[in-house]
Amino acid sequence: MNINHAASCFRGILARESLRFLNQRARFFAALVRPLVWLFIFAAGFRSVLGVSIIPPYQTYVLYEEYITPGLLGMIMLFNGMQSSLSMVYDREMGSMRLLLVSPLPRWFLLLSKLLAGVGVALLQVYVFLLIAWFWEVRPPVAGYFMVIPALILSGLMLGALGLMLSSFVTQLENFAGVMNFVIFPMFFASSALYPLWRVRDSSEMLYWIANLNPFTHAVEFVRFALYLEFNWQAGLITLLCTLFFLAVAIWGYDPLRGFLPRKGGAAA
Amino acid sequence: MTTDTNASLSARNINFSFGRKPVLDNVEINVPNGKFVALLGQNGAGKTTLFSIITGLYAAHGGEISIGGFDLRKNTQRALGSIGVVFQRPTLDRDLTVRQNLRYFCNLHGISAADAHKRIDIALAGYGLSDLHKRKVTQLSGGQQRRVELARATLHDPRFLLLDEPTVGLDHANRMEFVSNVKALCKERSLGVLWATHLMDEVEDADYVYILHHGKILFEGGSEDLLETHGKNSIAELYSHLTSKQADAKIL
Repeated sequence: MNINHAASCFRGILARESLRFLNQRARFFAALVRPLVWLFIFAAGFRSVLGVSIIPPYQTYVLYEEYITPGLLGMIMLFNGMQSSLSMVYDREMGSMRLLLVSPLPRWFLLLSKLLAGVGVALLQVYVFLLIAWFWEVRPPVAGYFMVIPALILSGLMLGALGLMLSSFVTQLENFAGVMNFVIFPMFFASSALYPLWRVRDSSEMLYWIANLNPFTHAVEFVRFALYLEFNWQAGLITLLCTLFFLAVAIWGYDPLRGFLPRKGGAAA
Repeated sequence: MTTDTNASLSARNINFSFGRKPVLDNVEINVPNGKFVALLGQNGAGKTTLFSIITGLYAAHGGEISIGGFDLRKNTQRALGSIGVVFQRPTLDRDLTVRQNLRYFCNLHGISAADAHKRIDIALAGYGLSDLHKRKVTQLSGGQQRRVELARATLHDPRFLLLDEPTVGLDHANRMEFVSNVKALCKERSLGVLWATHLMDEVEDADYVYILHHGKILFEGGSEDLLETHGKNSIAELYSHLTSKQADAKIL
């Protein structure tokens, strides 16, 4: 693979995703409103009910708003990853995915570039959210804003790869929207995004284990620790392994031997 | 037509099936440089599947494909870099402008920014699209969108042009204009063209004709030879004659 060609291709995909994003400003605000509603309304309302004791990476008691902020960053990445994959199913139905896949570069590189470009767009949303949260008194250490970037990229890749994997097996746009509901909400609620796992364990041992098996929990914890200048090896490793697994299955799913087009009655002859 | 590994396209013994349902059965197609070759077939004949195989979207279950002299299986990227494609369904990004779409394509093919700028200007001028370059795709007519797709398909100087029913949805005047644009390209750049269609008037004077029927090449030959051999006046008449003969044989 020629490096200059690969770089040019990645720039093109990133530019396309950014331009599409800028042309769909409503999508940007919609994506931002969701976590802000959780921060401004849900967190404020539950502040007194859901007390959080001192747990790593926090050095002291924190307000509930501060606790759920990494979870809300995860929420942005999760919705963005799924949205990006939804757009792949749409592109596949509309045909522009064909244009990408017949480009003279390895397919794994094309798919990875598309994922990374989606993560780049999500990062923009994350930092706008963090800026607004700063005015809401959610103020992690300044260095945390930089330290969290690799964790956000890896988490975004993992969630994007999960969406890509699902998109490679789902044949129709309508079905994919349904699948998203079965993925996004259970993943988000059965995780440490909204409440620490020790609290979950107090109420349900089973839910605690489910949350522990949920890759989203580890992505959120990886982001949480990085935002407070700590490195959570376990969460980082699990996020990395899940990323590699989802990516490998997605690339297999888009393999020409399987065919990338829907085959149930949709095989264009 | 004999197979030629230096041709724009050489496909030999292509087999493909969806599950147990065979879709292509030992298909052989050869497109020499500078020739306009028509692939005729009704809906469901296997044209789009064949095109998906030639563009690497599907992998054939048997056979060999060479594009611009590069083996598709062994030298996939160079082979794909030699193809210009106009798909059956529009593949322009509707959220982007004409120029942004062309720029995106240049990026995918590793064309440098300065070179891309020049090529895009030339292509837009060549298809009378210069005034539309800042317009969003949604603001273009169907005919204009197809012209943009044709301009895009040739930006990287391909050796082989593949068109899968590219005039679907266009009115007669736009269809004929599109056909003449492609024929001009074929001659000027010595580009091999494979044009799949079920609209016979588009391919009346093709250099060579393949008729794909139920996944098999039913007949092939120079259009004039085929007409003469079968005593018909047009490709449309010939096609109807050959496919109905085949249907009768099946019934018997």
